[in-house]
Amino acid sequence: MPNNRLTRLFQEKSGNLLNVYFTAGYPKLEDTTTILEELEAAGADLVEIGMPFSDPLADGPTIQASNMVALENGMSLKVLFQQLENVREKVTLPIILMGYLNPVMQYGFERFCAEAARVGVDGLILPDLPFAEYEEEYKPILEKHGLSLIFLITPQTSDARIRQIDALTNSFIYMVSSASTTGSQVQSTEAQRAYFSRVKALGLKNPLLIGFGISDKPSFEMACQSGHGAIIGSAFIKALQQPAEVRENVRAFLKQIR
Amino acid sequence: MKYGVNERGYYGQFGGAFIPEMLYPNVEELREKYLSILQEPAFQEELNSLLRDYVGRPTPLYHAKRLSEKYNTKIYLKREDLNHTGAHKINNTVGQILMAKRLGKKRIIAETGAGQHGVATATVCALAGLECIVYMGKIDTERQKPNVEKMKLLGATVVPVTSGSQTLKDATNEAIRDWINNPEDTHYIIGSVVGPHPYPDMVARFQAVISEEIRAQLLEKEGRELPDYVVACVGGGSNAAGAFYHFLDEEDVKLIAVEAAGLGVDSGHSAATSILGKTGIIHGSKTLLMQTEDGQITEPYSISAGLDYPGVGPLHAHLAQSGRATFFAIRDAEAMEALRELSRLEGIIPAIESSHALAALKELKAGPDDVVVLNLSGRGDKDLNTILTYFEQQDAQQ
Ligand SMILES: Cc1ncc(COP(=O)(O)O)c(C=O)c1O
Repeated sequence: MPNNRLTRLFQEKSGNLLNVYFTAGYPKLEDTTTILEELEAAGADLVEIGMPFSDPLADGPTIQASNMVALENGMSLKVLFQQLENVREKVTLPIILMGYLNPVMQYGFERFCAEAARVGVDGLILPDLPFAEYEEEYKPILEKHGLSLIFLITPQTSDARIRQIDALTNSFIYMVSSASTTGSQVQSTEAQRAYFSRVKALGLKNPLLIGFGISDKPSFEMACQSGHGAIIGSAFIKALQQPAEVRENVRAFLKQIR
Repeated sequence: MKYGVNERGYYGQFGGAFIPEMLYPNVEELREKYLSILQEPAFQEELNSLLRDYVGRPTPLYHAKRLSEKYNTKIYLKREDLNHTGAHKINNTVGQILMAKRLGKKRIIAETGAGQHGVATATVCALAGLECIVYMGKIDTERQKPNVEKMKLLGATVVPVTSGSQTLKDATNEAIRDWINNPEDTHYIIGSVVGPHPYPDMVARFQAVISEEIRAQLLEKEGRELPDYVVACVGGGSNAAGAFYHFLDEEDVKLIAVEAAGLGVDSGHSAATSILGKTGIIHGSKTLLMQTEDGQITEPYSISAGLDYPGVGPLHAHLAQSGRATFFAIRDAEAMEALRELSRLEGIIPAIESSHALAALKELKAGPDDVVVLNLSGRGDKDLNTILTYFEQQDAQQ
């Protein structure tokens, strides 16, 4: 099991974890590290930096649009690693890179992992990497570089498959709140409560962070009751669209959650 | 089968199911059940009777004498243009709608570029009495208005897609997003041999009726089941997969796949994926696709909307890489010339997609004793506006 900031965080803190997603190079190309620093200062526990892709098929309109803008701004993996070059001099919170497999493949998977580890990234979320391929081809590379891979589960994921995912995971499980793309509204339904208690009853070894549709204090708190914390993405991207200066937008949004 | 899919959904190094967890249950359900459903005698019977009485199969294998004379070889046209709705696309949608019913699905979604697959899907949904939602890039809804009107007339809802580049790849993304949001009651009828396993294999099997008929028809006409060449155009690759299917392991049969070069392979306006593409992931499949150095998927170009896809099915990526099939790239102008030629020599107006296959005849170097089967995937009615505009502009330039 890797010893990285991510695994240490979960040893130290077991509830009310706030994980914030934002797209690298959005709203402005140079905002990536500014947002990162500000999120740490404002009390986020960990972050996911989205690596923009032309065809983000699991994402709703808000994150899609931020991906397009970031690409137009000139964001790429090469630029992102340049921006993150000295990031560990300024921030200590765990950093996860999240994105689709194709740009990572073109960069070269091994080279990507080496660069990520070198600049101080702790984990990856690659939603379209199937786990048979992960086990056979990619796992040794991730392990070599001390990176954790985070898997998603949904209300349709069977108990047996959740257990398999739990066994492969060494940081946390990303619990998608409802069958949806990112950014849709969560409603607390009977089905959702049943899903949360079904997963809780499995007694998994990894903590659960709940994401998709968490947008404000009530939905954050609700998620924290069922899991160990929550992930906020689209709502944060929307907050970054406010007219104020980017640091101000980050602070204002987090104040409202915490 | 040497060139068939393996248990893990791969053709050589291509294929697989690179999908987010949100899609897994749907795709997995299909993967578990499609082969056993396909093999049910009752399913086969229902499919065959619809193909015969509704689609109009078998389609003729027509000996095109004047075209043969021109190219000094023996050319047969497999007349997929004579199918109901005017193209091979309906072979797949008839099969998949029966599959969807067996799976108990109530709602059908599809993507479409030119609108041919959308029309074929709307048609079978009307037939089956199922709700139908077709995603179509906003730009395509404007370019292909008559097909939008046909889908609506057939009772389908057409959703113009405004994300990304507003064309076929984005319509496919949007259909996939719909499926993520509707994980229980919905079946996604994908329009070509693309997408995550089992789609490429399932669609190829539904299109395989084309080569099954070719073998029987050639035996009758030529006293042999195997032609020397089989020629087909490739967008995603479904008509080619169907025309090649029962010849894949017959290594004496030369398989010719024809892509759209657009304004020229090196012009920056092309859809010749096997030449311009690199291995990557598109719509859940590991295959060849056109992309930037950074792995962002690029927008292809062809005069034919049906060949305008930045990827190619994993079977074709494998056939290209292994050398089992020979790939040609045909420019807009060559395809349009071939379209006019067939119209005048044989009285058949082909689809612009199929015209790309026709334009490859001049490259074949087939001999007078060779038998060439060319899959005429669709008819040109849908393209009339494009054809007229193209020739008007050409005349104006001269
Ligand atoms: C007549 C015709 N031929 C060919 C194609 C290309 O598709 P595929 O490569 O899947 O056969 C299309 C797609 O719309 C079509 O309408």
